[in-house]
Amino acid sequence: MKLTVNGEPLEIEHPISLEELLVVAKAEQPEYVTVELNGEFVDHAGFASTRVQDGDTVEFLYFMGGGAR
Amino acid sequence: MSSLTNEQLERYSRHIILQQVGGKGQEKLLGSKVLVIGTGGLGAPATMYLAAAGVGTLGLVDYDVVDLSNLQRQIIHQTPDVGRPKVDSGRETIAAMNPDVEVHTYNERVTAANIRDIIRDQDYDFIIDGTDNFPAKFLINDACVLEQKPFVHAGIIRFEGQLMTYVPGAGPCYRCVFQTMPPKDAVPTCRQAGILGVMGGIIGTLQATEALKYLLGIGELLTGYLLTYDALTMKFRKVKIPRNPHCAICGEQPTITELIDYEQPACDLRKH
Repeated sequence: MKLTVNGEPLEIEHPISLEELLVVAKAEQPEYVTVELNGEFVDHAGFASTRVQDGDTVEFLYFMGGGAR
Repeated sequence: MSSLTNEQLERYSRHIILQQVGGKGQEKLLGSKVLVIGTGGLGAPATMYLAAAGVGTLGLVDYDVVDLSNLQRQIIHQTPDVGRPKVDSGRETIAAMNPDVEVHTYNERVTAANIRDIIRDQDYDFIIDGTDNFPAKFLINDACVLEQKPFVHAGIIRFEGQLMTYVPGAGPCYRCVFQTMPPKDAVPTCRQAGILGVMGGIIGTLQATEALKYLLGIGELLTGYLLTYDALTMKFRKVKIPRNPHCAICGEQPTITELIDYEQPACDLRKH
């Protein structure tokens, strides 16, 4: 199964949930990441029940503070 | 007939020869008003480029004083400014750079009680989020949505940065992407995690670029996109982001209809 995660190809053997993908793809602080699956946001509540399919595009969007001080 | 003086024609000549700017565009910039919230890593370079570009009115909001540890990246402040209010040293840097620019300073922290008044003070056309903490970032987003003002968000940490531009009615807001604030200290700040000094220059200058494009009405804004930058790999990525119909502030049935103060800004690890 070929996925595109944060713009990079990722091959996985079996279909997995978004929750598992966050681990496999080494998302930082998965509890605070915003996930976009094929251009749509997925709520955290749906991470366990949403499975990724061959050809899916996934983006992990991270909080970034910083700036002033 | 152009209202630009001979001196202005010379000062802005490299803008004026650009087909997309011209004398008309330069006049637009001189008649424009931008509010920069936070005059630190992001706000310092953003402010300086906007001032140099001849944006006629700039508002600076910051409650902090210049610290020696700021000077590694906050280039609007100089060594003799340590201990002085950031808005004062910011004002002086702008005045020395470009006398065409009128500066309004707000030596205060943005809060639910004052942010809308600050935005309305000069009826700013565009707002730059140069703050360092999530309560301020969410407050700026929510205030701009309620005031129907465009703004550019940015964040920087270590070797990475991100930005996106909100334009009312034209695309997602910050809260569409990041629905609720992370708990205090859950996500590290620059002070806790460090920041390569140039990051503010890169991302803050991109914020200024978005402001100039918006004011001039040229090009494509980062509306509906989150731009991410990784300095270590030199990768820029433009990630398309949708509007969230359930967004608490700009969605179809908003649940946030007035501003509240969120938790205090990130804790200070340094001992005073």
